[in-house]
Amino acid sequence: MTSQTLTSAAPARPSTAESSLQRSRQRMAWLLVAPALVVLLAIAGLPLARTLWLSLTDAQLSDLSTRQFVGLANYIGDAGVLADPEWWGAVKNTLWFSLLSVSLETVLGLAVALMLNHPSRLKTLLRAAVLVPWAIPTVVSAKMWTWMLHDQFGVINAMLLALGLIHQPLAWTADPDLAFTTIVLVDVWKTTPFMALLILAALQMVPSDCYEAAKVDGVPKWSVFLNITLPLITPAVLVAMIFRTLDALRVFDLIYVMTSNSRTTKSMSVYVREQLIDFQLAGYGSAAATLLFLMIALITVSYMALARRRMEGH
Amino acid sequence: MCQIRLENIQKRFGDNPILADIDLTVEAGEFCVFIGPSGCGKSTLLRLIAGLDDASAGDIHIDGARVNDLAPAKRDVAMVFQSYALYPHMTVYDNMAFGLRHLKLGHDEIDRRVRAAAESLHLAPLLERKPGALSGGQRQRVAIGRAIVRQPKVFLFDEPLSNLDASLRVKTRVEIARLHRALGRASMIYVTHDQVEAMTLADKIVLLKPLAGQDGVPSIAQVGHPLELYHNPRNRFVAGFIGSPSMNFIDAALLNANAEGLVCSAGGISLPAAADATGLASASTVTLGIRPEHIVVGSGPLKGRVSHLEHLGEHSYAYLETALGTTPLVAKLSESSAQIGDTLTFSLPAPRLHVFDGAGDALPRLQRHDATPAALATH
Repeated sequence: MTSQTLTSAAPARPSTAESSLQRSRQRMAWLLVAPALVVLLAIAGLPLARTLWLSLTDAQLSDLSTRQFVGLANYIGDAGVLADPEWWGAVKNTLWFSLLSVSLETVLGLAVALMLNHPSRLKTLLRAAVLVPWAIPTVVSAKMWTWMLHDQFGVINAMLLALGLIHQPLAWTADPDLAFTTIVLVDVWKTTPFMALLILAALQMVPSDCYEAAKVDGVPKWSVFLNITLPLITPAVLVAMIFRTLDALRVFDLIYVMTSNSRTTKSMSVYVREQLIDFQLAGYGSAAATLLFLMIALITVSYMALARRRMEGH
Repeated sequence: MCQIRLENIQKRFGDNPILADIDLTVEAGEFCVFIGPSGCGKSTLLRLIAGLDDASAGDIHIDGARVNDLAPAKRDVAMVFQSYALYPHMTVYDNMAFGLRHLKLGHDEIDRRVRAAAESLHLAPLLERKPGALSGGQRQRVAIGRAIVRQPKVFLFDEPLSNLDASLRVKTRVEIARLHRALGRASMIYVTHDQVEAMTLADKIVLLKPLAGQDGVPSIAQVGHPLELYHNPRNRFVAGFIGSPSMNFIDAALLNANAEGLVCSAGGISLPAAADATGLASASTVTLGIRPEHIVVGSGPLKGRVSHLEHLGEHSYAYLETALGTTPLVAKLSESSAQIGDTLTFSLPAPRLHVFDGAGDALPRLQRHDATPAALATH
């Protein structure tokens, strides 16, 4: 009789002990993330909320205190952001810019990473050298390229002329037909190292014995790359692409420094700054900024959902 | 018809010699085990044969053809890696089929081979799984399956069982032996540091010694049938490495030697041994060796105090402190009535003693201990 009561009572005890343990663990977890949450709220949440609020008013930058609530007029009104062809031009530019630069960077970054992944004495040196463009502040490298691409004194024109590839100097940043391509190429130059290093890290995670097994099996090099290397680094490449896409969608400094007045290269961020600072339209500019935020959030969420589905499908 | 012949193989990494003066022939259909302590270069030697590393000097012949300059795939070898080296993103089926898809084999033939291998390795229900969803033993079998489907002339195993738990290791060992019998003509080279694997699987053991190449020492300490290495070790290194627990060694001085044997003295006790020491000067130092299972406990002129006991169920090992030397002698006891602190009498039978000269080389034994299973059976 006693043994029966003991056995029936026994399972109940550990479970309550466990749940109180679980509760205290959960409390601890919240306690540990709380500082980060507070900081995030203060530096990201508050400004975002303020921007959202401003976007619903007709505030001017010169005097933010005298403002009137105008509802969604800044968005969908007759003179709202969504009715401005200039805004849609900026959206188109930004999306094209992101698509082109991220794809080029990924392909080039993969190539550079594959080269750096080969064992060689120069590897450490090359790895450091490759990082240089990434380490230079964007404004500095933008200025540097502006000079190198200068239509009269630029070294690029001089070199191309000397090689006979062009017959007269090109206005790389001023010519509306060339400016966009120039911006994309300079961005690719600057951010390929970032891609290359992230992909290199992924390449080094591929177990070397997989390559040796393929070697003993006589699998051709292209097939090893397509069927072993590529599938194994894809998750890391997707993450790297997300990082770069988010960056590219917000592109500002490069364009602002190199081609600030060109309509063909105006990005969403440049548009926002123009409205906010040049035209002093705090309310309208905030609406554009909010749209920029929503667009990036939407692209990020759908990209991550797609990537996750792809992973699970694998 | 797939003999493997190594001629004067040398391997150095930078200035460090890893393998030196390797001359070895593995006959067609033979199961050859490379064994040795860590750092002796046994895996490196396997990789040289596979073509994953290049020898610094020397020639490798497979099936009569020199293969030094051939890519691994052209050597017609298949390798099972210690880490299994399965492709993590492919199913079991694809892992086995992937290497075949470049051989212009035809889809049906590939399918037939993969399914046959899966059948014989009990992998059929797992074909659609990925390696991540398999246990260690299952992964091991996939790795073996991937080698089988290629139908190579030579199988190379690089410590294939070292990541398995003890009971699975015994099971897989039996599987591999069965596989070798089933595949008939294929030669197998198997690297391990586990001497039980070596003793149970090998037709031929190649015992490698570390620090090769220093002072002109060759890498191979001894080649032969497992029992040959057990009964007639050529030097002290082989004697100490083969056998578990390992052989007892006793430092001694030679008293006299003639055609009937020798007498030497250790700790003031004279011990006769059946070995030919006529070439040695009197009073030269020698080392006596005797295996734990050859010490006769219960009677005899010698006495030892039991300092430690290891009970293994079927038998026990007693550590005996004796006047013969400072290190206790390990003796096998068939019944375990002894207690720690007891004094046991024992003897070291002269025909069972191994004698090594100052350089560690074995002196010729006067009584031949036949090494092949057939010879043992007739005793």
